[in-house]
Amino acid sequence: MPVTFEVNGKPVSVEVEPRLTLADCLRHHLRLTGTHVGCEHGICGSCTVLVDGAAVRSCLILAVQAEDTKVVTVEGLSRDEGLTPLQASFRKHHALQCGFCTPGMITTAHALLSEEPDCDADRVREVLSGNLCRCTGYIPIIEAVLEARAAYKRGGNGA
Amino acid sequence: MRTVNAFVGQPVERLEDFRFVRGRGQYVDDLARNDMLHAAILRSSVAHGRIRNIEVSGARKIPGVHAVVTAADLGTPVPLVPMRLQPMPEFKAFGQPVMARDKVRYVGEALAMVLANSAAIAEDALSAIEVDIEPLPAISNWQASATNETLLFENKGSNVTMVFRAVRGDASAAFKDAPYTRRERFSTQRHTALPMEPRGLLAEWDAARGRMIVSGAAKVLFANRRILAKQLDLAEDAIDMIEYDVGGSFGARGEFYPEDFLIPFAARLVGRPVKWTEDRREHLMTMNHAREAACDVGIACTRDGIILGLRGHAFVDMGAYMRTNGAVGARNIAQFMSGAYRVPNIDLDVSLLLSNKTPVGTYRGPGRFETDFFRERLFDMVARDLGIDRVAFRRRNLVAADEMPYAVAAIAPFPSKDELDSGDYQATLSRCLAEFGWAEKTKLQGGCIDDRYHGLAACCFIEGGAAGPKESARLVLETDGTLTVYMGSSGVGQGLETAFAQIAADAMDMPMGRINNVFHGSTTYVSDGYGSYHSRSIVMGGSAVLDAATKLKAAMCAEAARRLNCGAAEVSLADGRATAPDGKSVLWAELAPQPLSVEGAFSNHKHTWAYGAHAAHVAVDVKTGAVELIDYVAVENCGRMINPLTLKGQLVGAVVQGLGGAFLEHLAYDENGQLLTGSLADYLIPTASDFPRIRGYVMESHPSPINPLGAKGAGEGGIIPVGGVIANAIADALSSFGVEPRDLPLSPARIWQLIRDARNSRD
Repeated sequence: MPVTFEVNGKPVSVEVEPRLTLADCLRHHLRLTGTHVGCEHGICGSCTVLVDGAAVRSCLILAVQAEDTKVVTVEGLSRDEGLTPLQASFRKHHALQCGFCTPGMITTAHALLSEEPDCDADRVREVLSGNLCRCTGYIPIIEAVLEARAAYKRGGNGA
Repeated sequence: MRTVNAFVGQPVERLEDFRFVRGRGQYVDDLARNDMLHAAILRSSVAHGRIRNIEVSGARKIPGVHAVVTAADLGTPVPLVPMRLQPMPEFKAFGQPVMARDKVRYVGEALAMVLANSAAIAEDALSAIEVDIEPLPAISNWQASATNETLLFENKGSNVTMVFRAVRGDASAAFKDAPYTRRERFSTQRHTALPMEPRGLLAEWDAARGRMIVSGAAKVLFANRRILAKQLDLAEDAIDMIEYDVGGSFGARGEFYPEDFLIPFAARLVGRPVKWTEDRREHLMTMNHAREAACDVGIACTRDGIILGLRGHAFVDMGAYMRTNGAVGARNIAQFMSGAYRVPNIDLDVSLLLSNKTPVGTYRGPGRFETDFFRERLFDMVARDLGIDRVAFRRRNLVAADEMPYAVAAIAPFPSKDELDSGDYQATLSRCLAEFGWAEKTKLQGGCIDDRYHGLAACCFIEGGAAGPKESARLVLETDGTLTVYMGSSGVGQGLETAFAQIAADAMDMPMGRINNVFHGSTTYVSDGYGSYHSRSIVMGGSAVLDAATKLKAAMCAEAARRLNCGAAEVSLADGRATAPDGKSVLWAELAPQPLSVEGAFSNHKHTWAYGAHAAHVAVDVKTGAVELIDYVAVENCGRMINPLTLKGQLVGAVVQGLGGAFLEHLAYDENGQLLTGSLADYLIPTASDFPRIRGYVMESHPSPINPLGAKGAGEGGIIPVGGVIANAIADALSSFGVEPRDLPLSPARIWQLIRDARNSRD
């Protein structure tokens, strides 16, 4: 069946099976492979994307449920060749090693900081506790997100 | 005056991150080909049984299904996966067939493979395959295995595949005359590396040229190519193995698994690209498991706490088959029982026992995590018995700096001997205690504050690295005067591109910005490569870069000498120019009208030994058994540091993995050999809110004498002592109850049970 929505600012129309997840639609139909699939049961958070601004596990919703929504993936956060303050902070704090969980961490943190640029360390840990990372031990991820708060306070969306 | 390059040792931000933070990494499941088919694999739901029949005709009829493969299609005998490490003849008969034919021996073993137009159709077709298996009694633990009442391989007559033995001095004499001995039993639980990226493969067969390309290989590409070439009866150079970005290995990802045969086989069978990506349930039941070991160990000491000997018997649950590196953990339990300590007499047997569970392989710090838990737990018990401070007990027995190199126990039946290369173990312990604030915190020991009992512990460890025999690197001076680096080792997420760029830039005395790229993880880049395991890539690969740089500079000087009419030895290569003594110079670019390529190598059979100490402060709620980690300090001395940013990242990340093994992670099976933890809702790993306070410190005061970089392998040390430190801290907190944890993981339920048992035994 057809589904029409917006991805990273561009309208898309895709013919999908009803059972296709949004994650597989993004990755394999739209070739936006920055969104990663780590468990397909909503635990690891690697597939997190923004749907109408909310952080959503794209393995847990169907592509057809995205009808008429605005979806933003990790590829849509930085519009040019540079890094957003959040992405640069991840690099500075060595908040990633293998990079597999990173898109989900960044989309989740972006949604958090967009809503709550004044959040404290406990709140960051609480929100990111839904995203699994096997490399970093999370300490540098928390540091990176906390440092990026300043950009969201200034610019509204951290871009 | 020109400054000398010094990228090595600096916290250089990673080159890799530009692609990763923007979603531009390329992992194997990101690949697609126009005409590719998708594979799905039917897995046994029976732990042990005889296959009566597998009926696939229904699956073949499903639209979109191209082929269904069973073991009958794979020839006779079905290919076995050989061992990569410790390939002893005794193990050969216990190798895993790439697909089960007559018997299944664990839940998850491959029974059939469907190739279809989409992954969804392939998975649909799996449910149309009818499997008839006659169940046999399942062996779900090593104790049942040891009885040999049920055999996994009937013709072998035993479930014991091998007994390793660590020997040093004369343990029985030491125990006979010892003023103090103690004997204890400990165990560690089955858990797994769990890299975040599931495994995947894309195989492409070019029938006209007789060539195979396998994308999604990792860790040990050249070794895997040798295995596959033999299985497919192809020349090694007819196969290219390509790595792409890899979402973590920790020892498990990148070994040769049955699918590493099945997917290339399928591509050749159908003449189209075939892709396979495992789901998380498959991952938990098929990736190498690790860490399941028990130990009956005795210690002999003087009354003032000098260790006279260690002896005992360890039992390692190998799962159903001997996989590529399945013996490493058991071997390391034997070798590392003495750890960082001076133990003059050792006699330790380690039995490798089969069970009807997923086969085991290495997981970061294989064998070392387990044996450090056994030893450090034992030490705290001994110190308490003898009335000696726990830190003082360790200080009395640590191998001293002036005893280096220090020979460790030989491991029969292996001929090779190992010796600790360098270090000051007392100094890392002192640093750890100072950073931790041990002196101030000791008053908390066993104390109860706000209904929680506080405990501390500190332990020392060593980490082996730099496995030989060799590593390769190729440097290419490009026609524009820039440099490209090609490595024989592979990257699995550690940040090797950055570290090798730092090493190459310093070796060539050039800016990192003039290095185009560091390529790794392909059999096409260098003539031979060995890969990423045993914390070896920086030491072995980095030293190979130094060798290649020496050769490249010699080639550049020779070419410059020809152009500048001087002797090659007179040319200087600074600042992107080759300069003669008379001041005439040419640009590096002019030395390479064609790219100038040289290959370097480093060969070594000795190991590096990083070392350090960890300390923990816990608070235990005796009503619930919940433990809060109040503080954790890890100190490691890794010889010369390449990049302190990534080194510390590895250290802290490894500690948290170790905390998962100490508190949370458990691949539980029932008595029928059914895996009970087949999802990430059941198999728990640490999350961002579990362990917020971990402090890591890295030191480099004792460079390794066995390689030109002076570096020591450093990827695994952070995980090694964690189980022992945590268990000792909990024992300290609960000392007033007489609780002595002897088994991991220390879940709230287990701690609550230990407290209850201790109270009951006193009543």
